[in-house]
Amino acid sequence: MSFMKKPQVHHAELPVNGLGYTVRDYEGGMSTLCAGCGHDSITAALIQACWGLDIEPYRVAKMSGIGCSSKTPAYFLREAHGINALHGRMPSIATGANAANGELHFLGVSGDGDSLSIGFGQFAHAIRRNVNMLYLIENNGVYGLTKGQFSASADIGSTTKRGEANEQPPIDPVMTAISLGCTFVARGFSGDKEQLVPLIQAGLRHRGFAMIDIISPCVAFNDHEGSTKSYAHTREYFHPAIHADFIPPREEIRAEYEKGRAMPVELHDGSTIVLRKIDVDHDPTDRAGAIAYLERHREAREIVTGLLYLEEEGSDLHANNRTVPRSLVDIGMHENAEAILEEFQAGCR
Amino acid sequence: MKPTDTYHPDYFHKVVDCQWACPAHTDVPGYIRLIAQERYTDAYMLNRASNVFPGILGRVCDRPCEPACRRGRVDDQKPVAICRLKRVTYDLKDDIAARLPTAPEKKNGKRVACIGAGCASLTVANDLMPLGYDVTIFEKLDVTGGLMRSNIPRFRLPPGVLDEEIDNILNMGVDLRLGAPVESMGWLLEQGFDAVFVGSGAPRGKDLQCPGRDEAGESGRVHIGIDWLQSVAFEHVESIGERVLIIGAGNTAMDCCRTSLRLGATDVRVMARKPVDQLKASEWELEDALEEGVEVMTEHSPKAFVVENGKLKGMTFEVLEYFQEEGRQKSRVVDEIFLPADDVILAIGQDGAFPWIERDIGIEFDERDMPVVDRVTYQSTRPGVFFGGDAAFGPENIIWAVRHGHEAAISIHKHVHGEDVTDRLPNAVDVHTSKMGLHEWGYSNQYAPEERRLVPHVDMKNRFKNIDVEVELGFGEDEWRTEVERCLNCDIQTIFFNQKCIECDACIDICPTQCLTMLHIGDDEPEESVRQRLKVPARNPEQAVYVSGKLPQTGRQMIKDEDQCIHCGLCAERCPTAAWDMKRAEIFIPQARDEEAARTERKERA
Repeated sequence: MSFMKKPQVHHAELPVNGLGYTVRDYEGGMSTLCAGCGHDSITAALIQACWGLDIEPYRVAKMSGIGCSSKTPAYFLREAHGINALHGRMPSIATGANAANGELHFLGVSGDGDSLSIGFGQFAHAIRRNVNMLYLIENNGVYGLTKGQFSASADIGSTTKRGEANEQPPIDPVMTAISLGCTFVARGFSGDKEQLVPLIQAGLRHRGFAMIDIISPCVAFNDHEGSTKSYAHTREYFHPAIHADFIPPREEIRAEYEKGRAMPVELHDGSTIVLRKIDVDHDPTDRAGAIAYLERHREAREIVTGLLYLEEEGSDLHANNRTVPRSLVDIGMHENAEAILEEFQAGCR
Repeated sequence: MKPTDTYHPDYFHKVVDCQWACPAHTDVPGYIRLIAQERYTDAYMLNRASNVFPGILGRVCDRPCEPACRRGRVDDQKPVAICRLKRVTYDLKDDIAARLPTAPEKKNGKRVACIGAGCASLTVANDLMPLGYDVTIFEKLDVTGGLMRSNIPRFRLPPGVLDEEIDNILNMGVDLRLGAPVESMGWLLEQGFDAVFVGSGAPRGKDLQCPGRDEAGESGRVHIGIDWLQSVAFEHVESIGERVLIIGAGNTAMDCCRTSLRLGATDVRVMARKPVDQLKASEWELEDALEEGVEVMTEHSPKAFVVENGKLKGMTFEVLEYFQEEGRQKSRVVDEIFLPADDVILAIGQDGAFPWIERDIGIEFDERDMPVVDRVTYQSTRPGVFFGGDAAFGPENIIWAVRHGHEAAISIHKHVHGEDVTDRLPNAVDVHTSKMGLHEWGYSNQYAPEERRLVPHVDMKNRFKNIDVEVELGFGEDEWRTEVERCLNCDIQTIFFNQKCIECDACIDICPTQCLTMLHIGDDEPEESVRQRLKVPARNPEQAVYVSGKLPQTGRQMIKDEDQCIHCGLCAERCPTAAWDMKRAEIFIPQARDEEAARTERKERA
């Protein structure tokens, strides 16, 4: 880790967004992660994405659990709200927070340990409830903070730094999320921001649970030969299937797309995702097809990336629970609140 | 674009903007770090190695380094006060006697004549005396220093400083002949010198031809700026009228107006033909004059002197208005005014004057009656006769004269040994790491956001009591301690090893000034196109764009815009594979002693 502060000075011609902020205004504290950690690159992608969407930092709630990944909310959007929950318990806290104030942008940052081991149940139920949030899994296949044991996402045959091979099958968060009914499922790579930033932007604008599994190499414990989550391995087996271009509301679609390969999907807020098929073999709105597609490529050991499944018409936590249209935090207390509560509780006894 | 050749000695040199801009290529970040380490004497000697007169230049240098300073480009900040810090090395140094160059007892038998005892000739003597030369300096005045003594007022440059630094050279045993004007080059060439160096300056101030000039001249109240300053310096003139007009707005004009205030003038106006943004004076000299209450009237062109009964009454001026026509600046007269004056000082430039050089001895002169001098060797068309300082190409400044002196000394050394003066040692660069530990560097890499410190001045009341009162007090400890930290250490270069890079983006993400980008580029993609595709487009054509070799995993290339880099070293700190390193680039500018070392080595090998 670095001990010096990142200087406040920035490029003299750094562009500003619609709010008049530079990308530097979306930063947080200096990272204490290992130099070269994929998580830091994802942090930078989040900063870039939020800046590009003109999101006011104080309208964001950063939710995380425990782990290297869960430390990262300290390194971006220093003006945002945030909570470090118990290990694996971030989804419940996020569900509660979202129930109280659905107007915020909920940004969950988790890791393969936090989501696929100790918090696997929580992860599944947040998807099932379709909490309106963006949920990132910074996936490096190892427990970095405890010195590099395999996590639940490690591939069979992948070796530790000391050479032991993993023999247990991995949990694939993408496959899991699709099968649980997640309405926005994507995979990215910390080393490819061109793909990742629009995915994050689309995920932030999607109404419902948006999950992005991000391969994020651990330079300290899982970037060696024999690792299947290293920079080199990920680049070698990288298979972009669908590229998502995010286009904000009221902005023209300027890029020219090859016929039959581009599919514009309008989001609830008027913005558009243009899904550009890099692999014509895949239709990202066909859930059964998506699962079959992933299965085929898993056998070839390819790492399929992009926006892999999208269902824009799903109903989220608030719609399912028929909550009031306004956020609970904005609704004032009834002057007789205590008496009403008393009466209600009496009815339950 | 092809990968950048950082082995070219100019590449890293250019990144050190101040050192590149300095005619003598003073190692500015190097001496600033030495001050920070409280090694003042080392800092002074490092200065002296390139610019010879740190105490003098620390007060009155033209400072081409400061407008070039990187600090002025980032964060809307003012440049580092490089010149003030140079003076700090002079003010705080210990006894340097033991560290000064000395002449060897065994001479090399070569005799060199230098004309003029100003900064150019003194630099030649400084470089050649330690090599065993007999150097003779002919000076027409009774004092040394040339223009530095006769034209720069004592309230800016105390004579004690001049004497000290000049004596450091003369004490090597220079044969100094004061009051000895050379009246004939033909004569000098017959005196058996192996080489002649002309460092006689540009001694002739320009006159202003306009109606009434002759009558006004007869009144004795119209003065040529540099002559008048010299008369003041040598105490031939001790007073001036109350109302003074200075014609011209260069640095000589600034010295004239401030000197006038000290000799009794109360109403001093500097009259400039040009608009305010085109004045020739250095910004800081103008500021100092304004601070002292001088009025600068721009867009006024002198029209005529007004003389009544043989007495100067004042001058009339045309009031100009500037406008653009067909992309060119033009002016028209919109009014005419009369300004009363007791004295008028003309400070509109100066010329070289060589009435003492016969035109039939092989030294060619050009159409402006200036000698034809080679820009690299400083040799005239007559082999063995060299020019430097203002005598070579017209008025420049002290630091350029020092550069000329160093280069001419090399030429003289080659000439007297029968070598080709154009066959010179190239500049070189030596690069070594500044990494001291995991997160420790051999320099202070934390960006200091403080603003430029101001140098304290003697207050207005005491300033005018005497012409000897030096106005600038120099930095105190609080000021210089802050100012040294403002230096960005541009000589600590970012060095990239493409083969080590795993393309994790750490350097790109951490870079506070967004200098880094990784791109796929073709060998035939023009630089302009690459510049446009960077994270923030590189729009400063003066500053280079670095392109690495291909990166192993994707075949992209690392590109760095040198323009905004603050050399904080975060890219190297955050790099997991040490693909980035911070290395000190030491720029090596050969001097006469290096040519001698190379010659000795050649001889020994043969």
